[in-house]
Amino acid sequence: MPKDTFVEKRDYSLTGPSAQRAIELGLASAQWYHSEVPRKVMKELMQRRDGPAIRDTLIWFALLGLSAWGGIQFWGNWSCVPFWAVYGVLYGSACDSRWHECGHGTAFKTGWMNDVVYHIASFMVMRNPVSWRWSHARHHTDTIIVGRDAEIAFMHPTSIALNILHFIGVVDVWQWLKILARNATGNLNAEERNYIPDAEVPKAIFWARVHVAIYAATLVAAVWMQSVLPFMLIGGPRFYGTWHMFMTGLIQHGGLAEDVLDHRLNSRTCLMNPASRWIYWNMNYHVEHHMFPMVPYHALPRLHALIKDDLPAACPSIPAAFAEMVPAILRQRHEKGYFLRKKLPSSARPYREDFHQTAPARSDKGK
Amino acid sequence: MRWITVCPVDDIDPEDLAPFDHAGQSYAIYRDEDGAVFATDGLCTHEHVHLCNGLVMGSQIECPKHNGRFNYKTGAAERLPCVRDLKTHPVRVVDGMVEIGMED
Ligand code: FES
Repeated sequence: MPKDTFVEKRDYSLTGPSAQRAIELGLASAQWYHSEVPRKVMKELMQRRDGPAIRDTLIWFALLGLSAWGGIQFWGNWSCVPFWAVYGVLYGSACDSRWHECGHGTAFKTGWMNDVVYHIASFMVMRNPVSWRWSHARHHTDTIIVGRDAEIAFMHPTSIALNILHFIGVVDVWQWLKILARNATGNLNAEERNYIPDAEVPKAIFWARVHVAIYAATLVAAVWMQSVLPFMLIGGPRFYGTWHMFMTGLIQHGGLAEDVLDHRLNSRTCLMNPASRWIYWNMNYHVEHHMFPMVPYHALPRLHALIKDDLPAACPSIPAAFAEMVPAILRQRHEKGYFLRKKLPSSARPYREDFHQTAPARSDKGK
Repeated sequence: MRWITVCPVDDIDPEDLAPFDHAGQSYAIYRDEDGAVFATDGLCTHEHVHLCNGLVMGSQIECPKHNGRFNYKTGAAERLPCVRDLKTHPVRVVDGMVEIGMED
């Protein structure tokens, strides 16, 4: 296809023809490829602990408190900038990984600790804590299956401008605030109702109202103080500190395959510096996480070491991941069906692109 | 009630489970920390994934797909996204063998 012609826009809705097609092809709720891990070892890897997440959460809150203190203390002076830069990433980016791990219930062993951090992080990341729990379950059932997965970041043909704007939150904050406001008025659209059981709808509305009320209170405080300072602390970091969340989030699946049943074809593992890994809570081991979502974040490096010979080589760094992903995404804008097919080591079992064996009939919403 | 032999009780570690298929139906057979034996349907009520690759923690089984949880002693769904209870089945140990009870 010529370089100036874009591929036809795919239908990524959960209620349109792609959804129908995914079901007909046996791509919905299907069985996925898994690397072999002995049951005894897997049981050990899956063990839950409170220690690592309590330590990380205490550090997180302490750093949030310290950086907020510095930002307020030096407000009006250039020396406040580094404090807000740190606060912004801890709030506007680290919230995503905390939301994610606690949503899976794997971060802490103690259930209520997962729930408390999940709700705090959901607020920070501006996601309805109820809706997103269900959309993420779908993302795991039908990872990057067009018409089924509600969390596909790159929709072909990908808009480059939109993805750049995501780094400063402009588009997604606006979109997600609109969704929260709509949910707060009691309105859930057809897509949301496609993956949220009816019994959960009142909870989704309740939590949207709580979030909207906090933002309204922040607005009142800002007007009363005649200052943007309240928004520097609440909500604002989703603009000025969200870049790390998108930088790491985009490489999870970018440039890889759609509509396959082997996470080695649609997910990317990328090694990164310790600071990014801490902010991201080891979600850089993304193939491993999708294959075995019960393994807590602190055990993912061990899981990676165990199965890496069955996976494509991990990208050695974040820049290396972008270097392979960006050209692939640009090509996907023009070439229908193209994806980056990474070479498997000779020790790996072959890709199972045709692994479309339909699982036993499954309900859509667990009702 | 008919009693069907499943496996030697020692084949299942304490705080673990094993799958058992019979007459086209999947079951999960558990042992708790004290070694007592329990049985439920084998497929998660959320999206019918087999629970046999899940994790037993105390009285709960966590589903390997979306981390939903059930109390395997009562069948109660105890963590989202599981909202429908799991069916439990009678089970006993006779001469070191686990047996599951089937309605006639
Ligand atoms: S299939 Fe068991 S929790 Fe979803």
